[in-house]
Amino acid sequence: MIHQTSFVAVAIFAAFVLGVLALSFWLGRKGQSASGYYAAHGQIHWFVNGIAFAGDYLSAASFLGICGMIAFSGYDGFLYSIGFLAGWIVALFVIAEPIKALGKFTFADALDSRFNSRGIKLAVAISTLVVSVFYLIPQMVGAGSLIKPLLGLPHEAGVILVGVTVTLIVVTAGMVSTTWVQFIKGSLLVFFCGVLTVLILGRGLAVNAGRSGDENLSPQVKTVKPDGTVLVDGVPQSKDHDLRPVGTILRLPERFGDAQSTGPLGPLAYLSALEDSTIVTWSGKKHVDADGSHTTYSPVEKRGSDLLKPGGYFKGLTTGKLADRLDFASLMLALFCGTASLPHILIRYYTVKDAAAARKSTVVGIAAIGVFYVLTLFLGLGAMTSGGLDPTDTNMAAPLLAKSFSDTLFAVISAIAFTTVLGTVSGLIMAGSGAVAHDLVENVFGVQMNDHEKIRVGKLAAVGLGIVAMALGILFRNFNVSFLVGWAFNIAASANLPALVMLLFWPRTTRQGIIAAVTVGMLASLAWILLSADTFEKVYGLPREMALTPFSQPGLVTIPLGFLVLIVVSLITPPPTPLPTSRR
Amino acid sequence: MASDHDPRQSGDGTAASPLGLALFWVYVALYGGFMALVLVRPDLLSLRPFGGVNLAIVSGMGLIAAAFGLAVVYMILRAGR
Repeated sequence: MIHQTSFVAVAIFAAFVLGVLALSFWLGRKGQSASGYYAAHGQIHWFVNGIAFAGDYLSAASFLGICGMIAFSGYDGFLYSIGFLAGWIVALFVIAEPIKALGKFTFADALDSRFNSRGIKLAVAISTLVVSVFYLIPQMVGAGSLIKPLLGLPHEAGVILVGVTVTLIVVTAGMVSTTWVQFIKGSLLVFFCGVLTVLILGRGLAVNAGRSGDENLSPQVKTVKPDGTVLVDGVPQSKDHDLRPVGTILRLPERFGDAQSTGPLGPLAYLSALEDSTIVTWSGKKHVDADGSHTTYSPVEKRGSDLLKPGGYFKGLTTGKLADRLDFASLMLALFCGTASLPHILIRYYTVKDAAAARKSTVVGIAAIGVFYVLTLFLGLGAMTSGGLDPTDTNMAAPLLAKSFSDTLFAVISAIAFTTVLGTVSGLIMAGSGAVAHDLVENVFGVQMNDHEKIRVGKLAAVGLGIVAMALGILFRNFNVSFLVGWAFNIAASANLPALVMLLFWPRTTRQGIIAAVTVGMLASLAWILLSADTFEKVYGLPREMALTPFSQPGLVTIPLGFLVLIVVSLITPPPTPLPTSRR
Repeated sequence: MASDHDPRQSGDGTAASPLGLALFWVYVALYGGFMALVLVRPDLLSLRPFGGVNLAIVSGMGLIAAAFGLAVVYMILRAGR
């Protein structure tokens, strides 16, 4: 669909970006130390750090991806919310306090705290970079998707704008500015999602919302010709001839009689009324021939009770195929184990002063993130019935929901979505910068540096990563955001969690065991992903049947594999000898 | 065979607390039970035992609320440490 650009949207967006940059330069005006650059001197207040956790964690996949998935497929998007939040239980009860006590600047510091091994630092630095890059790609792709309807600029402009802004945030004041940007983003995201939810409940449910008459239920066809020309139902696409916005209620429950609208509803009454309503959802089917690619968007009449149960997106839950169920179980395991293995989340534990602050900030993070994920259900369902969905782009569901209320709210929500990308990308660039400068240059290659030089190398690494992120964001522009985030969680959980957990709980863990677990977990999960049916279909454009793995999500196999490799290698290598106290 | 740096005995803050681990297993049981239901008997989640809202929504919201509840319990019981 062609979206109109508004002056208000441009003004609000510019104010957000300039405000964030001004804050970063203000925070960066003081002289810095390596401790300040990488860990904000360990002086961030636990409450600020907790909200910054939310700002760091709630990425484009959480906001745009989950809302879109619920809007188009129903309850299954909420399963992502449940899995993403559950991962924080591992972080709080198992990881938070020990990792604060073990580490200094990076995840590699923690895993290597008892060994002083260059091999561990090298393996963990590489895994940090791989996970960060896989997580960066969907964020940058999300930025590119947002910029077009918001400012009318091409995808590349959005990617470059995010890349340049984030690089400036990181190089001006490192973890200090990154923390405050994430704090602001986390606060704004939860607050405005709350505002949107109140508006959704206040509006209630209405038949054919956003329509002057009945919903037009005839299919729509979008054709992209080989020369790039776009046709809608055979006619060139323009502002006057475009795809129709979709997503409406066909019938309300009988208890509302002949009324066309329920009026304001409480949260439970809203969900109950939706379950008893009849809703029109749209899905696209694509085929390619010599004349280009043709996607037919067709309406499907569904009962609300069918949309609010599992199986709308994860079809395998209802077909009964074992491989499909294992695929789902594997994804849910990766979400549970992945959060506490993400390097950009783990380094946030070094920004508070002690283990108690780490614990308290995680609880604040769980509260903010939990509230947000509850709100995603209402945002997704509100978008589903708003009459304003773009059938071609599930990621635009939340901003278009806001547009169904007012253009100003659309501008604000779009700007917040953009800030969402800024907050997460700045955390990822910080994690990658630490892996390159602190782990690789200083500890693996043994380059001796003073404090000033450490910061300079860290900033150069951040600039390099920013450039890489921009290139990947442009290269992977057609990839699905949630799909790519799933990869990052699987790789993080497979490579990092076994080593971290066993280091904390099994005294027989050896240096060689950790190196082997990180390396095998990372390579096995990467190989599994590259050989899976999803990748064959969505990346290589080959039939799913050619895939070499029985299901697409690797975690169910590669996470236990990481544990097994660590145990076997540790048992066949000499037991660890304790480091002198001064080296711990 | 335990080495000299047994993390469970360290007392230097590098081990997870027994309380934390107990609460962790409580949540694993809740999360695992929910996922087992989704995988094995998704039809049961369509039931509406509490009036208007189905079990899928109630249990999903319940899991999110349980995570927060356990986190608060942990914070209170570990206060001052």
